[in-house]
Formats: sequence, C-alpha cells, structure tokens
Amino acid sequence: MRTVRRAGDGGLLVETSGLDDAHRLHRALRDAAFPGVTDIVPGERTVLLVAEPGACDLDRLAARVAVLEPGEAAAEDAPPVEIPVRYDGEDLAEVAELTGLSVREVAERHAAAEYSVAYLGFSPGFGYLTGLDEALHVPRRASPRTSVPTGSVAIAGPYAAVYPSPSPGGWRLLGRTDLTMWDVRRDPPSLLRPGLRVRFVEERGS
Amino acid sequence: MIEVVRPGPLATVQDLGRPGYAHLGVPRSGAADAPSLRLANRLVGNPEDAAGIEFTLGNAALRFRCAAWIAVTGAPLDVCLDDRPHGMNAPLRVLEGGTLTLGTPSRGLRSYLAVRGGVNCEPTLGSRSTDLLSHLGPPPLAPGTHLPVGAADAPITVDLAPVPSALATPVLHIVPGPRDDWFVPDALDVLTSAPYTVTPAGNRVGVRLDGPLLERAREGELSSEGMVTGALQVPPNGRPILFLTDHPTTGGYPVIAVVRHHDIPTAAQLRPGDPVRFRLS
Repeated sequence: MRTVRRAGDGGLLVETSGLDDAHRLHRALRDAAFPGVTDIVPGERTVLLVAEPGACDLDRLAARVAVLEPGEAAAEDAPPVEIPVRYDGEDLAEVAELTGLSVREVAERHAAAEYSVAYLGFSPGFGYLTGLDEALHVPRRASPRTSVPTGSVAIAGPYAAVYPSPSPGGWRLLGRTDLTMWDVRRDPPSLLRPGLRVRFVEERGS
Repeated sequence: MIEVVRPGPLATVQDLGRPGYAHLGVPRSGAADAPSLRLANRLVGNPEDAAGIEFTLGNAALRFRCAAWIAVTGAPLDVCLDDRPHGMNAPLRVLEGGTLTLGTPSRGLRSYLAVRGGVNCEPTLGSRSTDLLSHLGPPPLAPGTHLPVGAADAPITVDLAPVPSALATPVLHIVPGPRDDWFVPDALDVLTSAPYTVTPAGNRVGVRLDGPLLERAREGELSSEGMVTGALQVPPNGRPILFLTDHPTTGGYPVIAVVRHHDIPTAAQLRPGDPVRFRLS
C-alpha cells in the first residue's frame, strides 16, 4: 500500500521507495490513463498526479493509485541515448582542481558512466541525470552565470545535465554537444524523458 | 489585425495553457485568472479556450485595423473606445481604426481582453500562451506588435455578465500538505492566524508573501518533487511563495498547503501591498 498525499484539491503526491520505483509507477500511471488526469510528474521519490479541477473524484483516484502495482517490467526498455560531447567547457580546469583529478580524467570519468534521467525540471527538456561518478560530485558555482549556452554539458552535486536552451545557470560546464535536446516542432519536443538511459560519448578532433 | 500602441507594464497573449508536458519540464502556463479569460471569450461568442490578452495593471492602448467585437474582464479598470467610456464584462463593437485604451485597475492586478475569433498567433505545443519562466509562446507585447485575429462563426448571445465583487481582505482556502509534516505542529495555525502581505516580488510564476514565519520541524533538503498551481512552497527563510500558472514543474522546498482551485483566480489578482488570509477547509 503506497502513501498518497493530497496536493490541493486537484493533485495527488504518491510516495515511492526510490527513483526506480518512481519511474515504474510513472509508466504504470501513464498506461492506466485515469480519466481527468492531465499531468503525471515523477520526482526523486514521488510521482505527482495533476487532475483537471472537478473532472475526477480525487478520493477514488487516490484509492486506486494506492494499490496500483507497477509490475516487474523495467521502467525503460529503450537503448541508451548517446550524447556526443566535446570536453572543452569553461569549468573543466576548476572541476579538475576541486576533485584532484586531471582535466583528462574528469572527461574520461564523465564519459565512462551510464546515466538515467531522474526527472525533468528547471527548464523545458532539462533532465537531471543520475549515475555521475562520485569523484565528480562538486557543488554549484558560488555565483550562477547569467547565460549558459544551449548544449552546455554540466554537472552539479550528484547530477549531470545538458542545457537544452540558453538560460541562467550555476552548474559547472564540462563541455558542449551539438545534439538538439529540445525542439518545440518535434514530437515529443524533449530528447530526454524520465527513466531514459543516457551515455556521453567523447568527440575528439574538430 | 490588432496593433499594440502601448502594452502597459506587462501584457501577454494567453489561452488556457499547455497541460500534459509537465514531466518534460514545461509549466502549464495560460491565463493566471482563467475564469476571467473564459468569461471574456464567452461574451464574444468564442470557445472558452481561445487566446486573448492578459494585461497587468492596465495602462494599455490597442488600435484595431479591422472592425471587431471585444470584451474586457478581470481587474476593474476604465475602458475607453476612441475616448468614450464603456463598461466591462460586456461585448463591445470596435470600428475599423478604433483605439481602445485601458486605465489603471481600481483593485486587482490582471484584466483580460477577448476578441471575437480569438488572437490567432502561432501556437507552441498546442497553446498560444506566453510562458515567462520557460520563454515559450509569443514574447510579451511591445509597442508595434501586430496580433492577427481568427475567424468567428458562433453568434454573440450575451449582453452583460454580472461578476462578484472582491473582498477587502481576500481569503484563500487551503488543503494542508503535501509536506505539512516538515513544519512545527502549529505552523498551519500560524499560516491561518493572521493576514499575510503581498510583496512587490511577484509575477506569473508566483507571489511572495510576508507575514508570520513558518518554522520547519526538520533539517535537510526535500528530494525534488512535482509542484502544483496554488502550492505554498516555503524556502528556508520561512516566508511562503504561492505558485501561479508559470510555476516550475518541480521544486525542492516543502509545500505546507495548497490553495483550492476555486481560489486561484483570487490569488492571481493579488497585487503588491494587498493583505491576504488563508483558511483551512
């Protein structure tokens, strides 16, 4: 039996045992397609259901969600998305200094890990990727940049990410990619989605 | 075609937003006071989800390059067509070349204009709304912006719509949680005990409030989780932020309570300096 919390009179916040459970529940809730539910938003240990006000009986929905079993299927069966990266970011040297690694080791460790999209937020298409090598866990910059260019490959705390569009940001920039992460003319507009696996592949030369 | 002569402090195109993309980091957006936009649309025979204009603190002027039917709703302000005063919450005929001017609202923050046929700019992800957090949809209106008007077929069937008047100190009804257990046991009593004041740092993303501090019972950081419109998110300084329509899809500060959907339009009309009370229900 899951804990289902009220998020106002149009939302339910469902607790999960962790990220993998959140992704499996997210998938099960999408498959269930409960009428009146407009958005299903996974977090690190939760899934939020947003219903159109007045369109469904929240008590009944909560009761059904509490006993929903996501089953044994993996949250994600698609192969990992490969993101080509040129490791020439502005903060590469600083990250090397903070971690005691060489610039080369920083790039290699970043490209060696396999990541998974924990959840999206901050801006459209911005995925928080888990799986970052612990040696690369560094705090955000003390003062955020007012503008980080599209395609910047960055890290902060336990997360890696790619900036899908230009925005202010305090993450440490390791490099950049030419891959289009976000395009409103594409369906879906975001390359990343919750649960998707991701690899970074170093692009040399150029 | 409508030409923006003067947009006032902030004017944007809004419809009912782009639900269904929150898991990709896209806020719902749409009219902050959605019932006012819906009413304006009904008054000119549009579907309720047609795009109109959301004005912030009025002070705007529009020139109509073709004749149109319009309606102005929301925060009450002076409406003039070619310098002749007209009423709100009623369909108005504008002749070709006519100029509409909007004064400053006597109370409230956001007024809405619907035009028969709807504002017909290019949609993004199924909506024409300007999302100021994510920079989706058309940019805010500027002097010289031209807005195309769509075709209309439904008849206009209403002459005037009565609207309820606002309370001197608005009351927002709340549902506790989802993270009220992150606060000291009497935090909900504190939240509902005395009025809060709306600070100047507010926009379509949210309203920052000043008042009795909401004290946390536990240390540490909440894992990031999905956020709803109306959420009262409490950063470490103890002063709540009330999320409006352009709010971020996820957040890491605990939400002590959420404003009921019926009262979101009231919240969207709060302006800096206004008092507001919360009530459990």
